[in-house]
Amino acid sequence: MSKPEFVYVIYIASTPEKIFKALTDANMSEQYWDGNRVVSDWKIGGPFALELKRQDKHVTGKVLEFDPPRRLAYTFHPRHDGMEAEPPSRVTFELEQQKDQVRLTIVHDGFEPGSRALEGISRGWPFVLSSLKSYLEAGKVLHAPWYDTESAQRGAA
Amino acid sequence: MNIDKFKPAIVYAIYIASTPEKVWEALTTAEFSKKYFSALAVEAELKVGGAFIARAPDGSVHISGEVIECNPPRRLTITWNVNWPALVEKLGVTLVTYEIEPAGDAVRLTLTQAHDRPIDDDILSGGRQGWPAILSSLKSLLETGQALVIKMAPPQRMLEALKRLGIGTP
Repeated sequence: MSKPEFVYVIYIASTPEKIFKALTDANMSEQYWDGNRVVSDWKIGGPFALELKRQDKHVTGKVLEFDPPRRLAYTFHPRHDGMEAEPPSRVTFELEQQKDQVRLTIVHDGFEPGSRALEGISRGWPFVLSSLKSYLEAGKVLHAPWYDTESAQRGAA
Repeated sequence: MNIDKFKPAIVYAIYIASTPEKVWEALTTAEFSKKYFSALAVEAELKVGGAFIARAPDGSVHISGEVIECNPPRRLTITWNVNWPALVEKLGVTLVTYEIEPAGDAVRLTLTQAHDRPIDDDILSGGRQGWPAILSSLKSLLETGQALVIKMAPPQRMLEALKRLGIGTP
């Protein structure tokens, strides 16, 4: 049986260059990734981090592939909510130029069965990539509804 | 028909900066569907038991089905039968559910395609390829006023698998 993974495809009316830039730029990600920043120099083997600003948590990893504007890959290790005990997973983006749009594919794999991280990213990626699409096409960004619930819960605690 | 027998085979979620009412309208009217859904005109009688049709530009019926669940603007379940000879006989009915939930100022649209028996991955590959394109185009239409025009190669794997089963394809 193959290990669990998450695969998602979305089409964006933009260029591979713009999308690749958005996926790798800290300031742009802060816009569409609801306050979270991707931080890296993008050197192969070098560090990658996703700073979850709103919640004061983070994800660390290592850059595996940096091939603008076609492929981007990094390992993904959430350091919060008990997920640090799981081994790092792997994120791979593939950008395919079509006539008037780009097909963006993400494969997030390398999870152990029962992974909590898999549950979280399966909910998160459609949101993040939908927001990225809105950001590049319509100049709008989306807001993750679950952050409100979590903040409210913390506030009530 | 017992919808509890149906299990999800394809699930796709996308977030759209729009209202549930607008997304519902886009999913159920020809004015919108012709723009994002491969030029098909959706004609839906929005009540349980009502007819649901997707008509090609030449007037022929490409998809026909029946409304199973109808809770506007939140949930719509339809039988979704592509009009190819022997398809339903060999594969059973296909059930499509659109679920529309508020998500902050936006909407989360979740598409579920379900079947009452295991379906070969080669056959599911058609939907796995098609739905992200259709729903990405719907999102662009509602957010920017322009649908995407995504030219896709015919889903060869799916067409060959259907042919092996004796299902007539164009």
